[in-house]
Amino acid sequence: MSAGTTKGSTHRELGLTDSEFELIVEKMGREPNVVELAMFSLLWSEHCAYKHSRKLLKQLPTEGERVVMGPGENAGAVDVGNGYAVAFKVESHNHPSAVEPFQGAATGVGGILRDVFAIGARPIAILDSLRFGELDSVRSRHLLDGAVRGIGHYGNSIGVPNVGGEIYFEEPYEHNCLVNAMCLGLAKTKDMVRAAAAGIGNTVVLMGASTGRDGIGGASVLASAELGEGDEAKRPTVQIGDPFEESKVLECCLELLEKGLLVSLQDLGAAGLTSSAGEMAAAGGVGIDIDVAKVPLREADMEPFEIMVSESQERMLAVVEPARVSEVLAVCEKWQTGSAEVGVVTDSGHVRILRDGEIVGDMPVAALVDGCPLYDLEPAEPEGWIYGNRATLAAGVSAEDELLALLAAPSIASKRWAFEQYDSVVGSRTVRRPESADAAVLQLPESGNAIAVSIDGNGRRVACDPHAGTVEAVLECAQNLACVGAEPLGLTNCLNFGNPEKPATAWQLDRSVSALAAACTALGVPVVGGNVSLYNEGPEGPIYPTPVVGMVGELPDPTQVAGSAFAKAGDAIALLGPFSPSFAGSELAKQRGELDKGLPQPDIAAVAAACAIVRDAVRAGKLASAHDVSDGGLACALAECSIGAGVGCRVDVQPLRDRGCSPEDALFGEGSGGFLVSGERPTLEALGAVFLGEVGGTTIEIAAGDRSLVVGLGTAESAWDSLAGAIESAS
Amino acid sequence: MIWGVVQFPGSCDERDALHACTLASGEARLVWHEERDLDGIDAIVIPGGFSYGDYLRAGAIARFSPALEAVAEFAAAGGPVLGICNGFQVLCEAGLLPGALLLNEHLRFVCRQVDLLATPLDALSTPGGAQSNERRDLESLSIPAKHGEGRYYAPEEVLDALEANGQVAYRYAPGQNPNGSARDIAGVRSEAGNVLGLMPHPEHAVDPLTGSTDGLRVFEAVAAAGARA
Repeated sequence: MSAGTTKGSTHRELGLTDSEFELIVEKMGREPNVVELAMFSLLWSEHCAYKHSRKLLKQLPTEGERVVMGPGENAGAVDVGNGYAVAFKVESHNHPSAVEPFQGAATGVGGILRDVFAIGARPIAILDSLRFGELDSVRSRHLLDGAVRGIGHYGNSIGVPNVGGEIYFEEPYEHNCLVNAMCLGLAKTKDMVRAAAAGIGNTVVLMGASTGRDGIGGASVLASAELGEGDEAKRPTVQIGDPFEESKVLECCLELLEKGLLVSLQDLGAAGLTSSAGEMAAAGGVGIDIDVAKVPLREADMEPFEIMVSESQERMLAVVEPARVSEVLAVCEKWQTGSAEVGVVTDSGHVRILRDGEIVGDMPVAALVDGCPLYDLEPAEPEGWIYGNRATLAAGVSAEDELLALLAAPSIASKRWAFEQYDSVVGSRTVRRPESADAAVLQLPESGNAIAVSIDGNGRRVACDPHAGTVEAVLECAQNLACVGAEPLGLTNCLNFGNPEKPATAWQLDRSVSALAAACTALGVPVVGGNVSLYNEGPEGPIYPTPVVGMVGELPDPTQVAGSAFAKAGDAIALLGPFSPSFAGSELAKQRGELDKGLPQPDIAAVAAACAIVRDAVRAGKLASAHDVSDGGLACALAECSIGAGVGCRVDVQPLRDRGCSPEDALFGEGSGGFLVSGERPTLEALGAVFLGEVGGTTIEIAAGDRSLVVGLGTAESAWDSLAGAIESAS
Repeated sequence: MIWGVVQFPGSCDERDALHACTLASGEARLVWHEERDLDGIDAIVIPGGFSYGDYLRAGAIARFSPALEAVAEFAAAGGPVLGICNGFQVLCEAGLLPGALLLNEHLRFVCRQVDLLATPLDALSTPGGAQSNERRDLESLSIPAKHGEGRYYAPEEVLDALEANGQVAYRYAPGQNPNGSARDIAGVRSEAGNVLGLMPHPEHAVDPLTGSTDGLRVFEAVAAAGARA
């Protein structure tokens, strides 16, 4: 061995504990050298090893008759008929985005795209779920602007439409913003490929960009510790995205797969060549030799450990039969993308790193990839509300002013400012663009049907009650899908939490994952993939616990899709579902500075039944519009339906009063299970919906006892469409 | 009728353009950026996207591609050429259309459905045709625009000449200019009339399910020009 040994405390600087280091020595039978220690430190990081979450994740239901690929592959996939499958996954790029928002968010999109085309699916849609501190903070506006530009830059340049998403602004994300990107892809099921390396003697080909010093320890290291002072110095660890390179690699890989030239394929994400080679070997039960001297470099003097841990973007690793290598290289040449034979599949069960034939690292795959100890959480329920409260709205204001304050809340207001910076139409599939329906709808002429997709998660409500809040996130997705007539096929998730070594965060994580499992099991929706992002904390403490759920559903006929806006004056408005809203955890409670622990527990079965009714009614063309009641309660939902239609409404919330709601809760209370539907009154009532009023006029008029209100449509629209003004006037 | 859709590394909308061409009339095939042979092709579409990454300036590299050299000859011989978004930028860079596309006024990418007012489309292949620049009897098209560098610019005297010659093919409807383009210009045609470029995307307006079918009329007009050529 010429690569030197590692004395002293290097392992601690690389994020390994003393006991983890001792375990590595034990498994290796000797001290690791520099190359080996660098590789172990990455694959044994929280980001790669899921060491604080893997035990919990075993609760999640992962099987279903439509599942084509489940957790463990680069992305999950579900069957959509006619020999096609839809692949999808959501992943976080929180810490890189908090350090450098443009490149952090851009490469987040690049990474999730690669996960999807790595299994042979052409990316057809992107969604994103973003969290920032309050908009009155300069830092939050900087992060928001950079992240939105970065997402747009990458997705627009590569020609994949961005069809939906969500943005919330809450104080606990001030230091540690969240950038979760979701991608969907379409594949012929027979052409899909797994990541497992196979075939002793097969060639390992590295494709795409050359390898540089950018992003060394970027995602894997940044994502495995809390943010704090000195983050500016981490900026060089953030990777730089090149969507043009990705576009070429994408087309190249899809052509290679279509021609049947690849045995397996894996993207290089966090931990670069180390994790892709290690994971391919582990999945295939084989060994891999990599010769770093054959890796095309940006800087000639890179050390072997740097080459192995570099997180340079836009790279893919493929296993190819030796006889097909020349054909593979020719396709890479056509697409003007790099390609190099860097290694070989072996039967050694080891990952061996060579430099010009000399061994500079040699590790058992089992120890490297699966050897990391898994930790039990030590959860403890915190006493009371552990986050702050900041009142921005006085208690005594009129109901009109409350409605306008809620509509103008950045988390509720129209996100047009953001989504107009994204190409939502490329690909000719987008049947419902952002904010025109509760879920994005994409037609699939290949299989003769359509899919709907939604991404949701309200961290504030999960903070109030990790169980109820997480169940609500799943139900909100299901409700959004029902509103466009879609039936859920599968779910992906990104669990964004604070430091799991702290008891309160451990408790949030534990409660949230068990709730996710319970909700998915009850709804019969399999979890086909996901991502965990821990250590999301700033100097003031943890973020709100934020499980983000992405759900994909199927609808047979894309011509039968309800919009969320009312259709026409004269239609009846009704409320469907087991909606019994409360003040707890609501946007109004936030604005009043009255957030506290606890939420009512949603009735999953009752909500599922309501979803089925709405779904069937939409498919039968019985509803003129359908919108789920979410942030800001029924009054905000009514306003959104009216603003979208350009026509007012006149309703009476007595049916909610009859369910025991106060006038204020009926207007602004939140909770699962509410659908605001419009159409012909007898049709709506036959579905079990309760009549509220009628579409028409130029005002939003809501009778709610002593909290009755009348707001002009234009006034409401100005409030709801105020985000761009709020961002630009403050900047 | 056979369409050729030029594909560069970094093109985004080429498959959508192929589909739109076949819906409008006839067959369509991709023309790889290294191809020079356009034999048998009746009309050319240069689609949207980010040719060669467009890191330098939109269209600045694509204009030097072998396919563009062939397209220039094709256009010089009177063949109909449609440039959409990046294609429009490429045609301007190549000098096949007057003017230039600058960064949007607000310096942000914008994706939005816009209404376009078209000068009569039968003017397309009629040199000097369609003299009417008054905004009456104009056809209105609802088409999505999506671009970061779409602000049409040309010197005032060039703009005057374009209007006088009937070369302003499309304008954004009043109040809908999304990028600060001079005189609301969304698309222009060459002096001879056979080369047409526009920033909005007619290939994304060919299906009622995705929003509109108005874009088909742009392709049909180009096809008609191809049939006459």
